[in-house]
Amino acid sequence: MRGVDLYDHPPYARNLADGGSNQTVCRYMASLKKFFFIKARDFVHAGEASIHIQNLLKSMHLDPALIRRIAICSYEGEMNAVIHGGDGILNVNIESNRLTLEIIDEGPGIQDIQLAMQPGYSTAPEEAREMGFGAGMGLPNMKKNADDILIESEPGKRTRACMTFFLGLTKEVQ
Amino acid sequence: MRVNEFVEFFNLKVIAGEQGLDREIRGGYCGDLLSDVMANAPVGCIWLTIQGHLNIVAVAVLREMAAIVITGGREPDEETVQKADQEHLPLLKWPHSAFDLAGRLYVLGVGAAPTP
Ligand SMILES: Nc1ncnc2c1ncn2[C@@H]1O[C@H](COP(=O)(O)OP(=O)(O)O)[C@@H](O)[C@H]1O
Ligand SMILES: [Mg+2]
Repeated sequence: MRGVDLYDHPPYARNLADGGSNQTVCRYMASLKKFFFIKARDFVHAGEASIHIQNLLKSMHLDPALIRRIAICSYEGEMNAVIHGGDGILNVNIESNRLTLEIIDEGPGIQDIQLAMQPGYSTAPEEAREMGFGAGMGLPNMKKNADDILIESEPGKRTRACMTFFLGLTKEVQ
Repeated sequence: MRVNEFVEFFNLKVIAGEQGLDREIRGGYCGDLLSDVMANAPVGCIWLTIQGHLNIVAVAVLREMAAIVITGGREPDEETVQKADQEHLPLLKWPHSAFDLAGRLYVLGVGAAPTP
């Protein structure tokens, strides 16, 4: 922020100084980036990145309905990396007019993305199902709640889920 | 209705999150599939579930719930209790089914609120 005139920035620019332990805050122009490490099969810390992001968005006073849509998407993306993926990273990038969530994990990737997007399709192991995961609704709910979604995967290697939210627009979710 | 009033009325056991007992209950939700609860539970609700593992706390925090009730006499994991305490999220126990408690909640005027 040194030498940068706050006047040129959206209101959230004032709230950018809340760096956390395993997060990095880079500030330039009017954009804010944070990233979180996600550990495969770590059910103890699963969901914490999403809670951090939600708190950040609340401190920026974004529209509560928009925050809820973003929370659903970050949670489902985070849990997919934990349950199905390998270790990974969750990037959040906030600009004046949009927010992107990007979750990249190191495999095993998705063989058939169209099939994985079908409501009810799940390859979750039995132990995850017993915990109430594996309803096969994660990707469909991400699609429903994001303004734009892109899932890419190199089978055997990695998966990347990228979701965009337009700030200041309202999306009807039924 | 506040969580503490609800606790007294039904004589529920408070397992964790005492600091959050003055939260207002706005609607209720029954569900054991986390994706369903995450997408559909009303904000500020009381959540009735048989799940007792740690990850229910993240769902409740993200959905800004008033409290979780673990139904069917099940026990939460020790880690769940600690996490709920950390988050000041009341974790309650009910010996009978979710259906049973939901019915009683309706009588008290806590119905299903529409998801905002
Ligand atoms: N990050 C990922 N890595 C590998 N496979 C994935 C990943 N995310 C999703 N999948 C595949 O897509 C399926 C559907 O995902 P989702 O709709 O979230 O349902 P669920 O997580 O309940 O199984 C998963 O069961 C899994 O086979
Ligand atoms: Mg999923």
